[in-house]
Amino acid sequence: MNLLTQPVGVSHYLIVGAIMFVAGVVCMATKRNALGVLMGIELVLNGANVNFVAFGSVYLRPEVTGIGLDGQLVALFVIVLAAAEAAVALAITLNFYNNHSTVDVDQADELKG
Amino acid sequence: MDAAVVLPKLLALAWLLPLASFTLIVFFGPRMGHAGVRAGQVATGAILIGCLISLYALFFVWLPYSHAFETPAEEAHAAAAPDHPAATGDEHADASHGDADHADAAHGAEGHAAASHHAPIIKPIAGDWYALGEFGSLRITIGYYIDSLTVLMFSMVTFIATCIHFYANGYMHDELHDVVDHEVKLANGHHLHRPGRFHRFFQYLSLFCFSMLGIVIAGNIAMIFVFWELVGICSYFLIGFYIERKSASNAANKAFIVNRIGDFGMIIGLMALFGSLGTFAFGDLTREVDGKEVTEPGLFSLVRSEANHHHLVVPDGMVKAAAADEIAAGAEPTAEKIAEWRGETEPKQVGRYAYWLLVVAGLGIFCGCVGKSAQFPLHVWLPDAMEGPTPVSALVHSATMVAAGVYLVGRFFPVFVPEVLLVIAITGCITLFLAATIAITATDIKRVLAYSTVSQLGYMMLALGVGGWVAGMFHLITHAFFKSLLFMCSGSVIHACHTNDMMKMGGLRKKMPWTAYTMLAGCLAIMGAGVPFSIGLSGHYSKDAILAQAYSFKDSNPSFGFLFYVAALGAVITAFYMFRLWFLTFAGEPRDHHIYDHAHESPKIMYYPLVVLAVFAVGVGWSTTDFSWFGLHHLFGEFGVRELLDQAQPVGTLEPTHGVLLENLKYPSEHDSHLDKYHITAELVAFGTAISGFLLALAMYDYRILSAAEVRAHFGPIYQLLIHKWYFDEIYNALFVQPTLFLGRRVAQFDKQVIDGLIDRLAWMTRGVAHLDDLIDRYFIDGLVNLTASCTYGVGIWFRGAETGKLRQYVMFIVVATVSLFFLVSLILAGGP
Repeated sequence: MNLLTQPVGVSHYLIVGAIMFVAGVVCMATKRNALGVLMGIELVLNGANVNFVAFGSVYLRPEVTGIGLDGQLVALFVIVLAAAEAAVALAITLNFYNNHSTVDVDQADELKG
Repeated sequence: MDAAVVLPKLLALAWLLPLASFTLIVFFGPRMGHAGVRAGQVATGAILIGCLISLYALFFVWLPYSHAFETPAEEAHAAAAPDHPAATGDEHADASHGDADHADAAHGAEGHAAASHHAPIIKPIAGDWYALGEFGSLRITIGYYIDSLTVLMFSMVTFIATCIHFYANGYMHDELHDVVDHEVKLANGHHLHRPGRFHRFFQYLSLFCFSMLGIVIAGNIAMIFVFWELVGICSYFLIGFYIERKSASNAANKAFIVNRIGDFGMIIGLMALFGSLGTFAFGDLTREVDGKEVTEPGLFSLVRSEANHHHLVVPDGMVKAAAADEIAAGAEPTAEKIAEWRGETEPKQVGRYAYWLLVVAGLGIFCGCVGKSAQFPLHVWLPDAMEGPTPVSALVHSATMVAAGVYLVGRFFPVFVPEVLLVIAITGCITLFLAATIAITATDIKRVLAYSTVSQLGYMMLALGVGGWVAGMFHLITHAFFKSLLFMCSGSVIHACHTNDMMKMGGLRKKMPWTAYTMLAGCLAIMGAGVPFSIGLSGHYSKDAILAQAYSFKDSNPSFGFLFYVAALGAVITAFYMFRLWFLTFAGEPRDHHIYDHAHESPKIMYYPLVVLAVFAVGVGWSTTDFSWFGLHHLFGEFGVRELLDQAQPVGTLEPTHGVLLENLKYPSEHDSHLDKYHITAELVAFGTAISGFLLALAMYDYRILSAAEVRAHFGPIYQLLIHKWYFDEIYNALFVQPTLFLGRRVAQFDKQVIDGLIDRLAWMTRGVAHLDDLIDRYFIDGLVNLTASCTYGVGIWFRGAETGKLRQYVMFIVVATVSLFFLVSLILAGGP
């Protein structure tokens, strides 16, 4: 099965989502800047969102019953969560900066066991 | 007003008031005013109200009730004995005792000139207030049995107790503040210093009165036993009131233990009665069972049933108990068979057993009375009981404790067979002589009185034992008055002199006239002073009655004549030691000037009761017939203690009887003692003995014609015997106390060496096992737990390395873990189906 010749379906969305997810994870794991890490988190979340939307869409999956808004609803929920999380995380970062005059996450090892 | 309803309620109220006072003082005593001073007033108030209620019950309820019986009963008798239609009424009117000639054939026994008593039978009021429990045929109840003896005893006890309460309020005032007890030396050489116990004294006094009244009103012998023990424990508390004094605590123990010996016999008597008759109640009880009214016969009607004309016959229950073997062998206990067994026909064997059972029951009950009333051989506790405060002595020796024993003998009189009565008479005779002789040499003022009490109790027992029911109970009442008076006078003297030793007194008459002359009245009363055939003090009447009865008994049983002679001799000694006491204390020159100078008359609250009691000691024996020249008996009818007691005379006990086991033992009717041939002799003997005793005391201790020291030297061995109280304490010490102590020491040794050794070894073994257990615990169980803990710790330390605190590393961990989980799951799924 060649994806490139197929009509756009769930698999394509999943691939995009997976790429976004992996990019996000890599971003989180490699960035030393706290803001970069936050961005990675956004990518991860939105990668998951793409999956939700794809799985929930009546267009992509005709076997889905109902009006097909389940995925969208969950995606919306995740977006709201992400916004809240971003607000909190930015506040933490700001505080961290105030205390350490840096946003380098490697400097934040006070929770070391 | 129905006396059968009102009397139990009134008397119950008078009975329960001291209990209420006791309860109040127990809980609030120390908070009643300064040092509990109000406790005395509470207790006194309770007994005073009780006294007023009792007197009301006597005069306004009992008298009308008993009068109601007189007329109809006589009419009934006149109808029943048509042979003497006119004579009966007349003879009763002038209270002549010559009515022996119209003896009822059924009453007459063995050709005796039966002086059958035709006085109306006043039905006692008997019943139950409350049933405590029912176990099969056993009913334990709080009941009442009220006849004129009960009402009279109630009035006497509450009246004397009231006087004593008032007196004690003055006497015990030392206890209102801290007390230094000079008789107790502590280990550090100081005297004991303790807080006062005023309220506690009155608390026990109230309980004492309650218990005594409980005995008096009790309707069954089980209830009597309960209150009997309560009286015992109260006397224990009060005799041991100065508990820190070794002598006081010893005396309290002695009183309690000696009483237990008597009570053991009493329990045997109770078992003999209950086991064969199945009831404890005195009177017939009517109660509802399953909606029907059932009348259960009490002890008295079982023993002296109406069918037998109130003659003492061994009851069916006892015959059945004695014939247990025959019944087990298949004999049917029919009425004829029981009559045969009873011994009315041959063979007599079973009847004899049954009769023995009645003897055992009587002796058992009497055993309890011996302990309580301090009769020989259990008289040793009473003189030691002097260790209690004097008001207690007065109470114990007159109205309560010792009176209880005589009262019970009087109450149980219908159940005693002639053989038991003989034992009672001989016991009383020995007691009265022993105690009177000891009293001669005693120098402790209270001990003289104590032995005098024992001796007078002996008189009462003797009187009851020779069949003189009224004489004995009459002496109980009169003695209560003059003995409480004498004790309270001696208390007043001790209060003034702070010593009990008469040898240090003398001449106190001038210092304390009230005490001296009230005591003189008491001495005259106990001596039985009076003009023969006309008038005298209370003791005169009761002692005459006893002597007359003993004399009439001597006439029927010449071999027991010594009972009369000892009683007469005792009367001489009584007069002698009482006046010895009075002369030594109040007359002559003071022998110890230090004490004499400090002596003073007691406060009014103490000598007012003395005056009241003195009046009663003089006059309680009088009845309106003694003042017939004054016309009092027209005004009030025949009224007096004797007349009241005549009413209470147990039904059927006036008949002459004779023994079954001792066939020669004959009991004359008590009415015979009023015959001139006995009465005149007895009265002259009583007068002569009293005067001779008095004159002897006068010669020795006032005019000093005879020197006491010379007499003492002359009768050295006898003096030694008497001063050592016939060596009773020494004998008991050698016979019972020392063996008991020896046994106790041996048992203690066994305990220490064998039992303790065993226990020690067991303990040692237990310790070894425990040690082993400890090792296992420490190295095995603890080791396991510690190993777990250290493993957990090590793992924790190892995992600690992972916690670097670096954010990016965590993300890497997550990723790596997720990926590896993914691979793992895929692998498992692929390897699966």
